[in-house]
Amino acid sequence: MSETLSLSERRADFPILDQKVHGRPLVYLDNAATSQKPRVVIDALSNYYLRDNANVHRGIHELSNRASAAFENTRERAAKFLNAKSAEEIVFTRGTTESINLVAQTWGLANLKPGDVILLTEMEHHSNIVPWQMLAKRTGAKLAFVPVMGDEGLLDLAAADQLLDAPVKLFALTHISNALGTVNPVADLCAKARKRGIVTLVDGAQSAGHRRVDMQEIGCDFFAASGHKMCGPTGIGLLYGRHELLEAMPPWQGGGDMISNVDYFESAWNKVPHKFEAGTPNIADTIALHTALDYLDEIGRDRIEHHDLELASYAYDRLATLPRIRLFGPAKGRAGLVSFHFADIHAHDVVMMADMEGVALRGGHHCTQPLMKKYGVSSTSRASFYFYNTTQEVDRMIDVLKAVQKFFGA
Amino acid sequence: MFDDLNDLYQQVILDHSKKPRNYGRMEHPTCDACGKNPLCGDQIQVFAVMDGDKILEVKFEGDGCAIFKASASMMTDALKGKTQAESNVLFDEFHELITKGTAPEGNHLGKLEVFGGVNRFPARVKCALLSWRAAMAAVGTGEKTVSTE
Repeated sequence: MSETLSLSERRADFPILDQKVHGRPLVYLDNAATSQKPRVVIDALSNYYLRDNANVHRGIHELSNRASAAFENTRERAAKFLNAKSAEEIVFTRGTTESINLVAQTWGLANLKPGDVILLTEMEHHSNIVPWQMLAKRTGAKLAFVPVMGDEGLLDLAAADQLLDAPVKLFALTHISNALGTVNPVADLCAKARKRGIVTLVDGAQSAGHRRVDMQEIGCDFFAASGHKMCGPTGIGLLYGRHELLEAMPPWQGGGDMISNVDYFESAWNKVPHKFEAGTPNIADTIALHTALDYLDEIGRDRIEHHDLELASYAYDRLATLPRIRLFGPAKGRAGLVSFHFADIHAHDVVMMADMEGVALRGGHHCTQPLMKKYGVSSTSRASFYFYNTTQEVDRMIDVLKAVQKFFGA
Repeated sequence: MFDDLNDLYQQVILDHSKKPRNYGRMEHPTCDACGKNPLCGDQIQVFAVMDGDKILEVKFEGDGCAIFKASASMMTDALKGKTQAESNVLFDEFHELITKGTAPEGNHLGKLEVFGGVNRFPARVKCALLSWRAAMAAVGTGEKTVSTE
């Protein structure tokens, strides 16, 4: 019966969407920053604290058993969600950023040496640049970047081919650009890297909750995602790592849970993935993430992808009719977000004025400062969609943007 | 739409944001300083020519929102001809206006009072103050790089 629910009917699952902001109905178009949470996820969080709260992997009592089972069930569920080969390939982290840092500080420190190349792309989020800069400083490795071409924001694949022929050890790239809406051909690029023995990491922050992400199809070695961008709570993220790699990597933080035996002068590590999870984990948010993953699959990620594309194309076409606007990212085949810049109105004025009309946009550099510099803008405005957004909401945004242009006499 | 915003974006402010005065690099400043708002990416460079403790010329270059640009533009007009001590007093008065919405008796704000609406929009306070902080750094003796964060 749930399959017959239309996506707009799903809005009712999100209590937060039913409110007025500055006296106008809220239009939430900042989903690339964080998605809203359905009531079932909020309930899962409070039910855990109301009924099952206990520490995991330690207790022999009933509550601890329940909490441990629910926690590890989420790992199984996440493995299925990503089509990993086993739950052991899933490490829980705080989010995409922590997942990437974990790989940089464990796999990276153990494997990189002076002269090795870490290949990134020009459209990476700061979280997929800065950890590698820090690693390069410590190891003497060098960074290189696959160029982004023009305002359409596609990767220069010919240049990527050439760059992959350098002594590249790691290729880390985003699946979907949070600043452009570009969807990168990650499966092709990972295949090319694999042929050359290059380890790959895909930043799935913008993709995991918006389309099917299949580790066997993408063929990456690592994949990072954030729960809060896919209807889950903040503070819980996923790192997928291919089993052989996780097995060979040194542990990350030291403490309880990541050990199998501790003596005063040395210790032995727990099995993967536990050797990467020191201390009491984020139990409640992890368990609520399980509910979020169930919820997304009940809706169907293919449907979400299709809806994203339709809304973003509609928004792109309507925005393109506004005077003196510069649009970023591909005209066709984009992900569910649109990034734009008015020649004579700064993004912060645009976003603040939209907010006064209840429309929540993002304005700024989107944590992609190098990319903004490349485009010669200090910031852009961005509308990012999810399955609960409607074409009527895009229309409201367009009306507001027209009024902003009129206000500034543009 | 936007009736609530007329207080913030007064006509004078819109005018200065579109046509900022004293905009551009200065060839031979006697002092200069940079200001940055790392969160939103706004940045400014302020240049000045001083004669002793008197400010003869002020120019700025930078990128930011309308409030930022208008504030910088009107500041350059306001600071010209002031001594360091006078500019410090003016900055304190402007700071109070922006953060509290109040202006002390016998203040020297003049046209700058159009920024009296900013304090109702806490997110914009730093936009209005960035150019001033940079200018105070340029004509003063402190750090030559300022940040609003």
